[in-house]
Amino acid sequence: MKKHLLALAVASIAASLTPLSAQAQATDTIAKVKASGTVTMGVRDSSGALSYTLGDGKYGGYHVEVCQRIVGNLEKAAGKKLEVKYLAVTSQNRIPLIQNGTVDIECGSTTNNATRQKDVSFVVTTYVEEVRIAVKAASGITSINQLKDKNVATTTGTTSVQLLRKHERATGIDFKEVFGKDHADSFLLLESGRADAFVMDGQILAGNIATSKSPADYKIVGEVLNVEPIAIMVHKDDAAFKKLADDTVKDLIKTGELAKIYDKWFVQPIPPKNTRVGLPASEATKAAWANPNDKPAEDYAKK
Amino acid sequence: MNWQWEIFLQDPGGKQATYWEWMMSAWGWTVSVSLLSLLVALSIGSIVGILRTLPDSPWLVRFGNAWVELFRNIPLLVQIFLWYHVIPALIPPMKDVHGFYLVIFALGFFTSARIAEQVRAGIQTLPKGQRYAGMAMGFTTAQYYRYVLLPMAYRIIIPPLTSESMNIFKNSSVAFAVSISELTMFAMQAQEETSRGVEVYLAVTACYMVSAFAINRIMAYIEKKTRIPGTIVKASGGGGH
Repeated sequence: MKKHLLALAVASIAASLTPLSAQAQATDTIAKVKASGTVTMGVRDSSGALSYTLGDGKYGGYHVEVCQRIVGNLEKAAGKKLEVKYLAVTSQNRIPLIQNGTVDIECGSTTNNATRQKDVSFVVTTYVEEVRIAVKAASGITSINQLKDKNVATTTGTTSVQLLRKHERATGIDFKEVFGKDHADSFLLLESGRADAFVMDGQILAGNIATSKSPADYKIVGEVLNVEPIAIMVHKDDAAFKKLADDTVKDLIKTGELAKIYDKWFVQPIPPKNTRVGLPASEATKAAWANPNDKPAEDYAKK
Repeated sequence: MNWQWEIFLQDPGGKQATYWEWMMSAWGWTVSVSLLSLLVALSIGSIVGILRTLPDSPWLVRFGNAWVELFRNIPLLVQIFLWYHVIPALIPPMKDVHGFYLVIFALGFFTSARIAEQVRAGIQTLPKGQRYAGMAMGFTTAQYYRYVLLPMAYRIIIPPLTSESMNIFKNSSVAFAVSISELTMFAMQAQEETSRGVEVYLAVTACYMVSAFAINRIMAYIEKKTRIPGTIVKASGGGGH
């Protein structure tokens, strides 16, 4: 035992002395987790059914479960049982934490776009987010063009704000935008009548409606305003680990397992409140499964 | 750190042509919210502060005390929410009032409680003899406040008023919670869109510092100009902290 420790210490000193090998080690996730016996999974506190806390240091959600499958295969590749550490990340720190190797695999709700691909790599797309409109069922609104001069709520610090702005410029239709400081606030704006519509990622809308006082009062309507591929994030330039993760997801797709995991989190009642998100896989998500790829959001916009 | 300040020249795709113009407009909102709130805070704060020192008017004093305790015991962000979500639910016509005015009321009333305390302290610091002297001259209550007590009291409390004026600029950042497109909202939004959080926050920090420091200088100037030689011992005119 002591010999092992000594060997490890010598190896790590040697590694730190030679920058080249240190670098090689940092990007080789499989070797790294084999040496440390632990793998760190980046998760989110409240990214809807994709990744959220169950309390007591436990995390659940569609992406968390897919990641657990990837870790299963990582254990096979490393040839030993790994201890999984969960680390809650935020929009601001998720990319730096992947870059510096604190987090080995990020399983939150990260949009795969070209800017981010310069810093990190993405596993093949597992979920395609659609930006939609939520309204009160009684309002009779069915399309974004009916929102002229109406109050439209969205959340500060999201790409939906940018999307609405661009739509206004492109079509000349003016909204009165009201901004919630978080999704719960934005939904309250819709609930209290301060806003006639809430424009946001479909699964966030569905989740908020599901947990509202009377879910039947709200509807998700209208055209899909934007699509964004959401993917699991890994270290850049680690071809071996990316292939392992890609293959895991592709296998899950082939065996129909991924559709089942999706169904478990997005259609069936989920903990902690046993509510249903009620959002069956969209056409865009099914298309991503049919043809697994890691294309950035920009490629979706071109279509 | 590789800087990318050129993101401020990019097009955010809305009414403004560049992120720079957007930030300038956001700064304008911050300054408008702050100055108007300051106006509300100074006028109401003065009235309430004076009410609390009135002789022979126990009910007005109680009202003043209640005002101060109400507005300084509730966190500012919670007050903003009360104005925005709760009051309109109780008083439906309030629903049509734009968030801009609600935030001015919320921030103004919150700060008025603090200013009222300072005005009261300023008046009570003065020797009792000044009040009696005013009465002996045959002044009415309004007259001896106007000509004897307040001119001195306000001079005494300029340093804490400077702090409050600067605080209003910093506290105005809560306005983003009720959808005012001010600097904090700009920062949160622009950093998400450009992924250049460090540059965006540094620029916004500079805007806040410039505005708060400008108020500091204005107050220091007022302090210097209104000083009566030999009454208040302080010559540096540093704005008081």
